[in-house]
Amino acid sequence: MTPILETKNLHHVYSDGTPFRHEALKGVDFAVQRGEFLALIGHTGSGKSTLVQHLNALLKPTDGQVLFDGKDIWSDKAFTRAVRFRVGLVFQYPEYQLFEETVFADIAFGPKNMGLDRDEIDARVRRAAEFVGLSEKALRKSPFDLSGGNRRRAAIAGVIAMEPDVLILDEPTAGLDPYGSEQLLENLRRWQAAQNSAVVMVTHSMEEAAACASRLVVMADGAVKMQGEPKAVFAHAAELERLGLDVPQITKVFLRLRELGMDVDTSVFTVEQAKAALLKRGEGAPC
Amino acid sequence: MLKDITLGQYFPGDTALHRLDPRTKTILVIVYIVALFLAVSYVSYAVLLAALAAAIAVSKVRPKVLLKSLKPILILMVLTAVLNLFYTRGTDVLVSFWIITITREGLENAVFMLLRIAMLILGTFLLTYTTSPISLTDGLERLLRPLKKIRVPVHELSMMMCIALRFIPTLLEETDKIISAQKARGADFETGNLIRRAKALIPILVPLFISSFRRADELATAMECRCYHGGEGRTKMKELRYARADAIAFALGGALLAVTIVLRTMGL
Repeated sequence: MTPILETKNLHHVYSDGTPFRHEALKGVDFAVQRGEFLALIGHTGSGKSTLVQHLNALLKPTDGQVLFDGKDIWSDKAFTRAVRFRVGLVFQYPEYQLFEETVFADIAFGPKNMGLDRDEIDARVRRAAEFVGLSEKALRKSPFDLSGGNRRRAAIAGVIAMEPDVLILDEPTAGLDPYGSEQLLENLRRWQAAQNSAVVMVTHSMEEAAACASRLVVMADGAVKMQGEPKAVFAHAAELERLGLDVPQITKVFLRLRELGMDVDTSVFTVEQAKAALLKRGEGAPC
Repeated sequence: MLKDITLGQYFPGDTALHRLDPRTKTILVIVYIVALFLAVSYVSYAVLLAALAAAIAVSKVRPKVLLKSLKPILILMVLTAVLNLFYTRGTDVLVSFWIITITREGLENAVFMLLRIAMLILGTFLLTYTTSPISLTDGLERLLRPLKKIRVPVHELSMMMCIALRFIPTLLEETDKIISAQKARGADFETGNLIRRAKALIPILVPLFISSFRRADELATAMECRCYHGGEGRTKMKELRYARADAIAFALGGALLAVTIVLRTMGL
């Protein structure tokens, strides 16, 4: 099956021809499959944010291709615009892009640009608001009267309301408290399951990646360095560390236990798995 | 991309031009502008152009980048040239048909005007390209200090200018981000008539204003936290001092002005 999104040998150079020239992407080959939850991990400056802007046709490749459903997104103008609706992109700190008088109108901005009729827009806004957990009352408020967390939700709802085939979020939990982050991720998982759309989450939190994603892509220095299931990627703890990244806390605990001479399975990366692994071990020999 | 707009941007470097005292550079730019307006002939323009070219060569700013800065005023330049071309009365008629007459004087005027505007812009941009906003405003504050006696808030003005210059790239970046974000939601800035396009700016301007106010507020708080209370009794960590290079630069600038004046009196 053709992946829903794919990049082929993607290069991007910023401010070419000035002293600020910077090669952000150096030949990225990367694919997003339909309906998967993918986490894009990388250190600050590894090119993650540049890459996601390519996926939604906001940046034009210096070299290489971006394919949506097997077709080059830059092949014609109408298609480029259509791709923007089918690939929803939520930027970092999206709450700073709210501008309408009411939250409802702001969420409706995307669907309205798609040229949908009123009833459909209305239905989509309500659906999106429900997914992110915004109340009916909040929809009538000005976005600037909301709390920080709710503003973030409203901004994400604005993209979700376009009901894209791929939803990309650039560090959606940055600056949220632990409870807020947890809820946001839970909402995203629910949305993904209900919609059967693909979700790409850019993050540098290994815990978040471990908790949500079915596949991880690790970026460093403008290229994809590793990809695969969380288990497979986290097995390379030393290499991740070399790339300025980390493994989840719980995996570290288990690696240390192994070092101390305990025979434990070090491929765990969530607390639930750790619990299961320890209990299984308990059944055998006493600790 | 907006980021490529180079207005008021500083290109870090370590050339003789970068190291000059900001006061020297500011005064020399003024001298240069005066000389430009005194120039009346090919010879004097050639001299000034050579001086500018030499300064650009010393600064190591890529000419391509500099020329790009002319883009925003291209229309103004062309318009001035065209007006001069058609509306200068002269005796030496080159082309004449219907109501259009082009004289040699007109052509000369147009070329001079074009050169004058271009050189003026390039000269001043070279100043901002080779001087960091902080040292530029530092120099200005120092130069304008005598005005303090007649109660001009020199320090406050230069601080405002410094902040404004400092935030141009930040705001451009922010605008870029907001444009991208609204584009991602299908906003269309490129098609439609004037009213539609103006309306399409609302989703950009509202967040931009809000974030500017937020930034201003944060900056004010941060400044107060560091006990900033205006220029009263404030000393400088780095006092500006003229060095030998500045003396040489002043001498060169003076010579340039003198040559232009002499050429003018000679009618060249």
